[in-house]
Amino acid sequence: MSGYTAQFKVWRGDVQGGGLEDFKVEVNEGEVVLDIIHRIQATQAPDLAVRWNCKAGKCGSCSAEINGRPRLLCMTRMSVFTPEETITVTPLRAFPVVRDLVTDVGFNYTKAREVPAFVPPEKLAAGEYRMMQEDVDRSQEFRKCIECFLCQDTCHVVRDHEENKTAFAGPRFLMRVAELDMHPLDAAAEAGLDRKQTAQDEHGLGYCNITKCCTEVCPEGIKITDNALIPLKERAVDRKYDPLVWLGSKIRRRSS
Amino acid sequence: MMRTSLDQGTSDVSDQQGGVRTRTRAAIDAPHLRTDRWWLAPAATAAGLLAFIVYSTWRAFANADYYAAPYVSPFYSPCLAENCDAMRAGPNWDLFGGWWGISPAIIILIFPLGFRLTCYYYRKAYYRGFWASPPACAVAEPHKKYTGETRFPLVLQNIHRYFFYAAIVVAGILTYDTVLAFRDEHYEWGHMGLGTLVFLVNIVLIWAYTISCHSCRHIVGGKLKHFSRHPVRYRMWQWVGKLNARHMLLAWASLVSVALADFYVYLVASGAFDDPRLF
Ligand code: SF4
Ligand code: SF4
Ligand code: FES
Ligand code: FES
Repeated sequence: MSGYTAQFKVWRGDVQGGGLEDFKVEVNEGEVVLDIIHRIQATQAPDLAVRWNCKAGKCGSCSAEINGRPRLLCMTRMSVFTPEETITVTPLRAFPVVRDLVTDVGFNYTKAREVPAFVPPEKLAAGEYRMMQEDVDRSQEFRKCIECFLCQDTCHVVRDHEENKTAFAGPRFLMRVAELDMHPLDAAAEAGLDRKQTAQDEHGLGYCNITKCCTEVCPEGIKITDNALIPLKERAVDRKYDPLVWLGSKIRRRSS
Repeated sequence: MMRTSLDQGTSDVSDQQGGVRTRTRAAIDAPHLRTDRWWLAPAATAAGLLAFIVYSTWRAFANADYYAAPYVSPFYSPCLAENCDAMRAGPNWDLFGGWWGISPAIIILIFPLGFRLTCYYYRKAYYRGFWASPPACAVAEPHKKYTGETRFPLVLQNIHRYFFYAAIVVAGILTYDTVLAFRDEHYEWGHMGLGTLVFLVNIVLIWAYTISCHSCRHIVGGKLKHFSRHPVRYRMWQWVGKLNARHMLLAWASLVSVALADFYVYLVASGAFDDPRLF
């Protein structure tokens, strides 16, 4: 299908208020939603604010909501919509708005800082780290994350409950805790930091009710819930709710 | 914790302005802007679960038509009270004696019920389908407060692995029942009816569902930090992981198959249907 004119509704405004504005705009074959937003910017609304960078689904800047679904503007092809459809584009609705399609994602940086970093193993110098591939496979899936924060935006724990933002790290950063807890060289436990325990006590793992919306929206296709959150919940159970495992760990005291 | 500018939005949560309508967020009144049929999945899930609840409640309390030699309904196995039908070499064990007056199915159903209720997949299914928490992704939930699984009673979901252990025992007993289904109605070995086939399919699905459990995946190997030091457990973890990726499918398939196996026994026991003999 070659060029046609599409109906767009784009949210415009700032923290004082705003609303959906109508645009009729040309669409050509092979374009993505970000192209159309750029065309609106170039031809009709030069002051339209939108954040983007790579246009290749790798920088994670262009997160927004298209027809109510959290997505990357640059990875949403126009061909998934019919020419008759009105396409609504809004900023992420879980974070404070700055202007138009740009939101303040600072919440995520706050949460990132709350996760204690990798703890280097004591007897190894830099350059001496050796790891087996099968021991890092799990973390490598999580390292595909482009920090688009679509998962953080979709997660109902904070999207629908602003008051939970203090207690809950969100899927992306619980995944970070899982990644470090599965890291073959992380020496947090030796240093007295029990990530299994803090996942629950400090990062709010218990708020997650494993309804998998984070997994549904992740543009990198990371199985956040199945491979990070549920395994992390099971690890927390080892510490907090399973007397047998707890007893075993007191008696044997060896790292697995 | 550090207070950031983000925390300022918390003040107006109480006056109907919570969630996506929090003052600092983009001013949009609609609770969601999805245009697809997002309600279909939760509605279908709720309908499916409800159908099973209605059916199984009827059958569990019926206390009748659950044994037609050699088949025993999976809802009544093992049968642990004095008022159970006599089953030769069957899963009878008069553990509860004569004081147990109501249907003996209730005693044993606690375990599969608890297993499925605390299952990570079913939790997602009913949180979405029945509790609308959330109804679908990026669709605002109707609840004002949300604490997830942090407190009683939902914090009890954490005992799932104990139900998993119980589920292994139950699956073992249902396997025994399936072996017994290779007898005929006079308890002679070496026969097979359509019911035997129904039981076989059911037990395979029950095992597949049980083994694909997330707690199982954790126990066999997921809890390890170094797979390289435990090659056998690593292999088991990979294998369980493959099944685990289909956990939702197996949850539904085994739910349907267990109901069908019970219904088959009901049809044969009530005389509505004659079990066709294959050999
Ligand atoms: S699975 Fe958990 S973290 Fe992911 S969106 Fe759902 S509640 Fe949030
Ligand atoms: S986990 Fe996926 S959705 Fe979440 S920030 Fe990373 S890439 Fe984005
Ligand atoms: S612009 Fe980089 S991910 Fe879309
Ligand atoms: S049975 Fe579903 S997760 Fe254990």
